[in-house]
Amino acid sequence: MPRALRLWAAMLLVVAATAATLSGALAADLKPLVRNLGAGGFADTEAAIAALAQTGDPAVVPVLQALEAGDLYVRKEDREVVRGSASNGGYTLTDPLGGAALGEAGRGAVDKIRINNSLRRAISAALGSLTLMSPDAGARRAAADSVFKTRNPDGLAALETALGRENDPAVRSIMEQARAAILLTAAGTPDADRLGAIETIRARGDQESLALLNAVRSAEGASAAVRAAADKAFEAVEMRLSLWGMAQNLWYGLSLGSVLLLAAIGLAVTFGVMGVINMAHGEMVMIGAYATFLVQDAIRTYAPGLFDASILIAIPVAFLVSGAVGVLIERTVIRWLYGRPLETLLATWGLSLVLQQAVRSIFGPTNREVGAPSWMSGSFELGGLVITHGRLWIVIFAFLVFGLLLVALKRTWFGLAIRAVTQNRNMASAMGIRTARMDALTFGLGSGIAGLAGVALSQIDNVSPNLGQSYIIDSFMVVVFGGVGNLWGTLVGALALGTVNKFLEPYAGAVLGKILVLIFIILFIQRRPRGLFALKGRAVEA
Amino acid sequence: MSAENTLLYVDGVSVSFDGFRALNSLSLIIGPGEMRAIIGPNGAGKTTMMDVITGKTRPNTGTILFEGGTDLTRMDEAAIANLGIGRKFQRPTVFENHTVWDNLELALKNPRKTWSALAYGMNPKDRARIEEILDITRLSPRRERLAGSLSHGEKQWLEIGMLLAQDPKLLLVDEPVAGMTDAETEQTAHLLKTIAGTRSVIVVEHDMVFVRELGVKVTVLHEGSVLAEGSLDSVSANRQVIDVYLGR
Amino acid sequence: MLTRFLLLGLDKRAGVLLTVLAVLAVAVPVMALAVPPDSPFHLPMHSVSLLGKYLSFALLALALDLVWGYCGILSLGHAAFFTLGGYAMGMYLMRQIGPRGVYGHPELPDFMVFLNWKELPWYWQGFDQFWFAALMVLAVPGLLAFAFGWFAFRSRVTGVYLSIITQAMTFALLLAFFRNDMGFGGNNGLTDFKEILGYDIQAPATRVGLFVATVAALAAGYMVASSLVASKLGKVLVAVRDAESRVRFLGYSVERYKLFVWTLSACMAGVAGALYVPQVGIINPSEFAPAASIEAVIWVAVGGRGTLAGAVLGAVLVNYGKTYFTAALPELWLFALGGLFVLVTLFLPKGILGLAADRFRKREPAAAVPAAASKGA
Repeated sequence: MPRALRLWAAMLLVVAATAATLSGALAADLKPLVRNLGAGGFADTEAAIAALAQTGDPAVVPVLQALEAGDLYVRKEDREVVRGSASNGGYTLTDPLGGAALGEAGRGAVDKIRINNSLRRAISAALGSLTLMSPDAGARRAAADSVFKTRNPDGLAALETALGRENDPAVRSIMEQARAAILLTAAGTPDADRLGAIETIRARGDQESLALLNAVRSAEGASAAVRAAADKAFEAVEMRLSLWGMAQNLWYGLSLGSVLLLAAIGLAVTFGVMGVINMAHGEMVMIGAYATFLVQDAIRTYAPGLFDASILIAIPVAFLVSGAVGVLIERTVIRWLYGRPLETLLATWGLSLVLQQAVRSIFGPTNREVGAPSWMSGSFELGGLVITHGRLWIVIFAFLVFGLLLVALKRTWFGLAIRAVTQNRNMASAMGIRTARMDALTFGLGSGIAGLAGVALSQIDNVSPNLGQSYIIDSFMVVVFGGVGNLWGTLVGALALGTVNKFLEPYAGAVLGKILVLIFIILFIQRRPRGLFALKGRAVEA
Repeated sequence: MSAENTLLYVDGVSVSFDGFRALNSLSLIIGPGEMRAIIGPNGAGKTTMMDVITGKTRPNTGTILFEGGTDLTRMDEAAIANLGIGRKFQRPTVFENHTVWDNLELALKNPRKTWSALAYGMNPKDRARIEEILDITRLSPRRERLAGSLSHGEKQWLEIGMLLAQDPKLLLVDEPVAGMTDAETEQTAHLLKTIAGTRSVIVVEHDMVFVRELGVKVTVLHEGSVLAEGSLDSVSANRQVIDVYLGR
Repeated sequence: MLTRFLLLGLDKRAGVLLTVLAVLAVAVPVMALAVPPDSPFHLPMHSVSLLGKYLSFALLALALDLVWGYCGILSLGHAAFFTLGGYAMGMYLMRQIGPRGVYGHPELPDFMVFLNWKELPWYWQGFDQFWFAALMVLAVPGLLAFAFGWFAFRSRVTGVYLSIITQAMTFALLLAFFRNDMGFGGNNGLTDFKEILGYDIQAPATRVGLFVATVAALAAGYMVASSLVASKLGKVLVAVRDAESRVRFLGYSVERYKLFVWTLSACMAGVAGALYVPQVGIINPSEFAPAASIEAVIWVAVGGRGTLAGAVLGAVLVNYGKTYFTAALPELWLFALGGLFVLVTLFLPKGILGLAADRFRKREPAAAVPAAASKGA
């Protein structure tokens, strides 16, 4: 179970326990039972724990928790069980029931109540059954989960009582699963109950169910019918889990694909639409990431309250900064090289070196930290999937950028003008489109989108002068694979390459997987030199 | 139709690009030694027809036979060229960074294998042939000049000279007089007729004056197939041709 | 026939370059070994190796110019062939270490012992023989280039697309050689060489010998390349560069010509790598980096694309500049290199030698070109 969930359950327990203590009705009766915890050896303590659990009183919970944490001590003078926390040279003592202060004690005045693994199990089983009846549904749920894990047959009675009272269907089903787990583990359960239990566990269908079922089908002395049922259930769960595993891979693939898409989509404009090979494209991404860093830095200094919005503010800034650098590059270098793609490639490579060194000189060679806003950290579960918020937002962002670009190119005057210029310069010029300005703006648009990619990458990668370099080859692969001049091709290319990469990783390892993808693309280009969605016809040859 | 005794036999050839039918069941026969002019409006499929014959574009369906038996649809450009089919492009394409002489040397009919090229040395026979072609194309004074520095007309002649050096059985000539002065046009027509001799020639041209000057059988293409065929006068009188091409 | 072929390449420029190389081959050994260390004419040993390194880069540049300058194939992966040649030589040098490694294993190189390998992988067999290693220096890059070119040229992948997949090729090799289980020393590569052909690799005489071998290889490479481009095959290559489809319609199988020169060029690059490794004493995967291949392109561009001597000149100049800058102003080196890329492509598209040739040509009286009035457009 994820740590976060466990923490959350523990917090609920504390809340529930505090509420119960305040009512304080039964506190006095518990005192002798608590005292027994410090009575003697491990066996005595275990018996005392069981007795405490029998009371079903939530007030016992903090006592057992303190015991589990090793915070309970026996005061030598009166054999009273107390809770102690270390303070300068000795201990501050409190009553484990209710928490009343009991003064200070020296190191020698108390003995720690020691626990071993068997006691730990007993404590967690006791805690489990105790909170099964908590008024808080969350606490009951956590307790049922814990019973499921420990499968302590002693807890069966408590569990069944709790089941009888339970109204919440979700908690009830977990309790039933816990009961099934106990029935399956315990010796002497009748076969009919076992078969029913197997069905319940099968319905649960997670990794733990798989382990449990595996134990059942390989257990000695199980009847043939139980074995067969367990086998079937095992296979069903395994199948389900492998499907979820595939879904998880798909998600990772989608996530990687959307990063590739972000990195490549700007290139799809400069390379695909304009035919300009911009080897400095990666550096536009890098500049976008540094712009994000600067925005966040400024917000941290001047308006810390806006921190959560820093990434949102960085989006337009990064777009404009990278776009402006792009326009500058187009006006000073690239426009002299139209129609000479190989020379453009070399010149922009040179620019990439200059930009890298410039950033290195200004910001230093080390990584810069860009923090994640609260709404981008954390994760949630969807069935068998674990999805982090950061990745989810990047996927959404990538698709948003793609959609906006598509609309901009297909539905606006600007897009029409861009397409006009790329298809027939002279004609466009004759119709009053200022082709030189369109070139600069188009290149600026591609670079600006690279800047947007930088904003996203600042969340998942190191912001360093080399940031862009690691994406440039991948981006070109995506564009070339998808088919130059076709935005949809870029989308499909990015997602396909991301997914293939992630599916190869478990078998081949990350590096070999990547090599295989590269080799695949090299071979693919041989089959379809113009990519997945190639433009055909005479226009291409010109 | 039968492919026997034909030099080029084109039957039912169709080509489409992304749904656009550039050639639509085109059929055409060129006999040995025949000169044929192909006319037609823009987009009629003239250039695509040349592409298909020379192997640049593969037809979707149809048969193209050379000398009655060789299937051209399965061969690449180089193999087709080596069978004896030469092509002149619409825009003059010569090797601009080579001298006129070297352009002709490259075109000269000699083994095309890599090793042969590596071991090749100029011999008197080849030298004489190049001199001859230089005379025919009136490029003798320009022999040491880079082809890139020639005038437009000179480039056209050099390209025709290169075709001559290739010694093909069939010549495909795409708009040889586009962008030429009247004087150059006349010279080019003369030049083409001179080199035709025993060869078959297909000329694609817009220029009616030039076509008339050639005085050969004319095929009119329209929307990827043959609209009319015959002498220039007879096709000029054809109602359909007037409608789609010549205008009223 | 071979003599006639080689004579083709002997023009004025070749004469100058071969003379310079001959002078180097005599002067450097004398200045390094015979001239006493306190004399101003003495050449320290590290300079000899540095010069040797420049000249092996020059051979790589020559190989690149052959395909890019003459055939229009811009390879952004030529360092891969260079490095593969280097690894083949490095493997021979590793085997020569024998039991003198840190771990003292009689056969296995140190890194294999370190990785707990029990025996030599099959592909390391034979590299204890110099002739075999020398063969591999040619064969490995040659075969890779042949296979790559076979697919690429037949499918008519050209221009920028080809450049990009050559990048992908060298990038894939970079990733592969970084892996320890490839058996090429992973990240650290191959180093700590002891001897070559039985001579101590650190000894001054050996290093001078390696330098002379590099000069000889460069001279030979130059002669081959220069004769090649002067032959009819060379003319076909230039024709392919300028008007590929026209060459096809003349009946030349463009793929075969490209494949021939591409493979030859890869072999030359392999030799360059093999000469580079013993002189710098190490070969590691970083030589596969895409940036390394692109840098080699700029050597050719600076000197003059399509002029063989220019490639040699460019490689030496740029690398001298790199040595100078990285020592004196390391911050500025990338600015200088990056600026060089931009300035050369913008203002010096024909490189230094191209510019010189233009100057030279302008002094000749230009024949009047009759301006043909064209009708229509």
